[in-house]
Amino acid sequence: MSILEVKDVSKSFLDYSSEWKRILSWFGLSFAPKEEHKILKHINFSIQKGEAIGIVGQNGAGKSTLLKIVTQTLKPSQGKVTVNGRISAILELGMGFHPDLTGRQNVYHSSGLMGFTQVQIDEVIDEIEEFAEIGEYFDQPVRTYSSGMSMRVAFGVATAYRPDILIIDEALSVGDAYFQHKSFDRIRKFQEDGTTLLLVSHDRNAIQSICDRAILLEGGCIIKDGEPEEVMDFYNALIAQKENSKVEQKTLDDGKVETISGTGEVTIENIRLLNSQNQIVEYISVGEKVTLEILVKVNKDVDELVLGYMIKDRLGQAIFGTNTHHLKKEIKELKQGTQIEYKFTFNSNIGVGSYSMAVAVHSGESHIVNNYEWRDNALIFNVANQDKDEFVGTSWIAPKLEYNIKR
Amino acid sequence: MRYTLQSIWAYRYFIISSIKTEFKAKFVRSKFGGLWMIFHPLAQVLIYALVLSAVLKAKLSGIDSQYAYAIYLMAGMVGWNLFMDIASRSLSVFIDNGNLIQKMSFPKLTLPLIVIGSSLTNFFFLFLAMVVVFGFLGHSISFTILWIPVLILITITLATGVGLTLGILNVFIRDIGQIMTIIFQFWFWLTPIVYSKSMLPEKYQDFLYLNPMSGIIDGYHSVLVYNKAPNLELLIYPSILALSTFILALFLYQKSNKEMADLL
Repeated sequence: MSILEVKDVSKSFLDYSSEWKRILSWFGLSFAPKEEHKILKHINFSIQKGEAIGIVGQNGAGKSTLLKIVTQTLKPSQGKVTVNGRISAILELGMGFHPDLTGRQNVYHSSGLMGFTQVQIDEVIDEIEEFAEIGEYFDQPVRTYSSGMSMRVAFGVATAYRPDILIIDEALSVGDAYFQHKSFDRIRKFQEDGTTLLLVSHDRNAIQSICDRAILLEGGCIIKDGEPEEVMDFYNALIAQKENSKVEQKTLDDGKVETISGTGEVTIENIRLLNSQNQIVEYISVGEKVTLEILVKVNKDVDELVLGYMIKDRLGQAIFGTNTHHLKKEIKELKQGTQIEYKFTFNSNIGVGSYSMAVAVHSGESHIVNNYEWRDNALIFNVANQDKDEFVGTSWIAPKLEYNIKR
Repeated sequence: MRYTLQSIWAYRYFIISSIKTEFKAKFVRSKFGGLWMIFHPLAQVLIYALVLSAVLKAKLSGIDSQYAYAIYLMAGMVGWNLFMDIASRSLSVFIDNGNLIQKMSFPKLTLPLIVIGSSLTNFFFLFLAMVVVFGFLGHSISFTILWIPVLILITITLATGVGLTLGILNVFIRDIGQIMTIIFQFWFWLTPIVYSKSMLPEKYQDFLYLNPMSGIIDGYHSVLVYNKAPNLELLIYPSILALSTFILALFLYQKSNKEMADLL
């Protein structure tokens, strides 16, 4: 049995030429609304116990509306949401806090708003106080708090009891690094104990490190539902998408998905990774000197061309990336039909593992302005340790060791 | 409906804690705190008494105290205050808590219950203060005070019925809130609180009872000023009206529930 089932959910906001028509429509009279804003269109998905789902999408894609429908603060216009368990939603921290009450009083007050009883909170109040780590401030009025402090208390309340579904809407980006770690630890702990997680975020790292599935919303529809890395690549491509541009995904032999997007004025023809003997390699050793060779073709006159690449680890986290703009080698005034061969030679000072390469051709500093072509997972290569001392991690930072024994 | 009641029951701690919070918050930052909610209506009574007693005192019959008018005023005010408090706060209760309704999932009907609860608390203290003032003025109240809960019940039902019906509509048509603040002022003067029915020309006296609050305030007067049971006949019409507006409010709530959060 799935813990959350969203079935054919649509949501539209109705505009009537007069609000009286809306009111009369409750009494059985029917009036056609003047306008209907469709925010969500036929959303379908179901979530199993213990899954962690990331919801991504551009502003206005319908993420917040979807969350509000899942938490049942908004009612769907059509379709059904079935929840089998208790939801705790952190849509906005500190909801229901009264500035004149102390932290402790607010804990009781706002947890009442979540449906807890006095007695239930008595059991966890000490734990919440300890978790918040705000010392004496816990018994001071909340109006004297910094935003970080009220967030600590609010998060403590929202997660005082392990919910079956925890919904987090970007709220965690507030607060200092220490508390972020602490709250993520708690979230992970919940997840291990079987809590389903629904996370809305623009933060690629957060999605990829926590979630095992991601849903991409665009214009009120789910346009992608799958592996976080694949979905995030697609999302990334979508942000850069402009008129006339296309997004295309194809599955590679190893199961990874290559995402190609762009407007096509300049295309990437060939990407090769070569060793010092000019042989194409798929396996390289730690620290080996290799050359990334990229051939691009200009299909239409362009004012400026920048080529960038990024090495990502198996989780999709960036290891290293740069482009010819940063390297101060952008090429100006290119005529149609020109081909350019780029060669980046570097020592692969990276740790053992599988890596992918994303390559993009664009103008300006980043691919957001003019994205001619962007390829995620354009090239996969593996790094093995052949001649270096044993180490862990994604970087090869060779130390020079000296020691003195003192007695 | 049963489900609604169940969910409200589940939120009883929230309702109680909100009423407490509201009460506590009044004391936190001002020295006199909650006393202000007694001072305000008493000051109003004082003003009316000072301004109008000379004009109206003579005509107030059936009670022999030099403070008759002040006592009459206070008895009416205490009833009107309860009505006004609930009605005007119900009018904006959903709008004021719009953010909360959008962000948290909880039964919205707890909000008017909190309004009722905290208004009743205010009423309780104002009533106590009134009894004390009555003592100073040499006026005592009798066991007819036992009728007060009945009057309170009718007042609350009418206030919630009217306030909530308009409060729901107010979410969709915000002008209603503005219009009502004006109407409430007229309503006050159309209710025999600062004057008595007998002061009006006879041909208008019957019209006065089209206003449901007239009958209810009449009840407060009977009990608190004249120490007799309220005229039950005068309470029939207000009770029916109270119940019908109350049912209308619940009906509107059910119907608007789906769209309300969209427009907050």
